[in-house]
Formats: sequence, C-alpha cells, structure tokens
Amino acid sequence: METNLTPLLLSLKVAVFSTSIVFVVGMLLARFMTRRHFFGKHVLESFLLLPLVLPPTVVGFGLLLLFGKNGFLGKLLDQWFGITVVFTLTGAVIASIVVSFPLMYQSAVAAFSSVDRRLEDAARTMGASEWRLFWTVVFPLAWPGLLAGFVLSFARGLGEFGATLMLAGYLPGRTDTIPVAIYFAVESGQMEKAMFWVVIIVALGMGTTFWLNWWSRRNLRRYANQK
Amino acid sequence: MLTVSIQKQLPDFLLDVCFTIQREIVVLFGPSGSGKTTILNSIAGLVTPDAGEIRLGETLFYKQGSKPLPVQQRNIGYVFQDYALFPHMTVAQNIRYGVKRQGNEVALDELVATVGIDHLLEKYPHQISGGQKQRVALVRALATKPDLLLLDEPLSALDADTRRECQDELLRLQAAWKIPFLMVTHDREEAERLANVILTMEDGRLVGDNRSVRNLVTK
Repeated sequence: METNLTPLLLSLKVAVFSTSIVFVVGMLLARFMTRRHFFGKHVLESFLLLPLVLPPTVVGFGLLLLFGKNGFLGKLLDQWFGITVVFTLTGAVIASIVVSFPLMYQSAVAAFSSVDRRLEDAARTMGASEWRLFWTVVFPLAWPGLLAGFVLSFARGLGEFGATLMLAGYLPGRTDTIPVAIYFAVESGQMEKAMFWVVIIVALGMGTTFWLNWWSRRNLRRYANQK
Repeated sequence: MLTVSIQKQLPDFLLDVCFTIQREIVVLFGPSGSGKTTILNSIAGLVTPDAGEIRLGETLFYKQGSKPLPVQQRNIGYVFQDYALFPHMTVAQNIRYGVKRQGNEVALDELVATVGIDHLLEKYPHQISGGQKQRVALVRALATKPDLLLLDEPLSALDADTRRECQDELLRLQAAWKIPFLMVTHDREEAERLANVILTMEDGRLVGDNRSVRNLVTK
C-alpha cells in the first residue's frame, strides 16, 4: 500500500486555521456575553450552540446555501476577493469553524464565569483598565478552561466530516481530509487504507484527550489550595 | 471630606442614607443585609445609585443625571471581605499591581515593613495565613496612595487574637495616613474599639449616630 500523507497534512492545516480563528473569536465573544445582558441574548446563544445538536448534513446544507455560488456570502467573497468556498480547502476550514465553535464558546463561558468577579473589582479599584485587568487577571485565571476549549476545538476540527463533505466535497489531494478519505476508502473497498487512517485519527484523538485530562488534573491540584 | 447622600432600590428595601465623614475612622454598623456593602460599592463606583450625590473633597464621584466617575479614576483603596487577593500572583505582585509609574517604591517598602509582611513577598496567597492575607490586602489597598480607604468586614475571618492585632494595625495606619477610613462591620465591640464615629444601619437607613454628625435625610 502506498502511503499518501496528503489527508493528514490537509486535516492538520484545516484544524490549525479553524482553531486559531475559533479560539480568538470564541474567547472574545464569551467574554462579551458573560458581562453583558441584552435583549435576545439567550436566542443568540442558542443559535451559536446550534451546530452542536444539528446533524452535520444540516449544517453543511446551511453553509452551502450561504457560501454557494449564488449564496449571499459566496457571491460577496467571489466578487470582492475572488475567493471560492465550495469544493476548496477554505470550505473545509469554514465547516470546521462552524462545528467546533460551540465547544470553544462553551468552555470559554464556563472559564470566565469561574473567575471571581471581586478580583476584577479589586483590579478596577487599583486603577487597572478593562484591557489590563483582562490580560493580567481574567485571562490567566481562565486559562485552564480556555486551553481545554482550544484542544477540544482542535480535535473536533481534525475529525470534522459531514459539513466538510457537503461544502468542500471530495477532491483527492485538495479537500480529502482524513475523515473524508476514510469514508471514500471504505466506499471503494480499500479497507487497508481506511484502517491506516482510522488508526492515525484514533491515536491523535487519544493523544489529545489523554493530554488534556492529565493537564487539567495537574492544574486542578495547583489551584486546589488557593481558596 | 467625604459626602454621601444616595438612594438605591434594593430587593427588600430602599437604601436611603446621607452622611459626611472627615479624616477619621467611621464604622458602618448593622446586621447583615442592611445595605452596608452597597454603600461601600457605591462610593467605590462598583455599583451605581439611583439618585443622590457622592463627593470626595472637590471631586464629584456621582451625581444623579450625570455620568458617574469611573472606578479607575476615583483613587480609593478597597479592602474586600475575603481580601480578593489575586491567587496567581505573589504577595509582591499583588501589592505592586496598582502602583503608578512614579517611584512610590520607598514608601511602599516602608509600609510593607511596618505591617510586618516583608518576609512574605515571594509567597502566594494560598501559602499565607488569614491574618497575613488581611495585612497584604491592606497594604495593597494603600499602595495606590488612595484618598479614602474602604474596608468591608476586613477582620471577620480572623481569630480573636489576630483580630485584635489587626485592629491596632488599622488604628496606627489611620493615624499615620490621615485619610478617611470607612469600615463595615457587624461586630459591636470592634465598632466601638475602632470608630471615631459609628453609623448604625437598619434596613437601608441610618438609625443612630454615636457622635454629633447631623442626622440624616430620611424620606
């Protein structure tokens, strides 16, 4: 069996790009949402978490409508920047962003909510700006939860299949991430090839969750006596 | 001189107080849930009253109808009930957090030495005792050279002996710093030991006044 490692590289590429975006946007949005109360907040929050409960095909379908040749955003991107989303790696990144966003968002909300508000108040009375108190107090204390969100989003991005297939399709060498490669290997009866990628992705998944568990246990111990 | 005259609707009652304090220790005394902490938070700018005015000397902190002065610009020190020390910073980092750029370092070293926490600078909050945390919180609040110090039940978590030591410490510091100390407690003995003036609160109103501070607007 010849080993073509493109699916691994593509999967990593997709996961790295999507997780970077999801981490920053998810963190900022979570910070905003934990501090503000406004009309329609709960509706917006439910909408943000929707990809978690919808079948990936539905998410993919929605993205196709939005980013397709005649879709609102698809047209816009094409006309202004010459970017095509459907059947490209960009499509895979977008699919990955949408499905992994809820994981980052939820972790970040939980992480920010766990930071004692009084610490922020204390920093304010000492003259710290909102920006400074975020980076010196809130971020370091929320870091374990933020990192958990980061790792989960990364793992989810790595394994994204349904929405990716609908938006980016299966173009060998261009959009065949590991999960997509597995599906088409099985379809065409190449069980050995499928098995190879299954082993790789299980190992990656095990590695991340194992590391995350170990790391958060270590952190819990570190923070245990600090009350 | 601090002038406070505010109203704020709380879940169970209307907070409605009016008092002035000089460079002295004033104790807000009363049962839990009588609105004492809300007063401190209003002065600090962490809570906005519904109506009235708060003024420290020439500086207007709050006036009904205009934008309140941001917390960061009020230059007050605040010692929180459970100290609110930053758990991920050492004692030294905690203390220096609010120090402005100009070299206040000498005065700070002196303060650290007076209060007797100079051997703790490299420790983290979870490694020191309650009484030591209390002193660190006090030094941290004073390190910004505030014009007013607010203390919310600062000694309630301490055992009797430590408590007494810290009370003496507060008296000494107030004598040295000569700024108004406004302190909340529900311990009568403590109030009597520390206060130049005791303002007694009940359900959001001032009910007694142990010195001749004018008694107050009650609508």
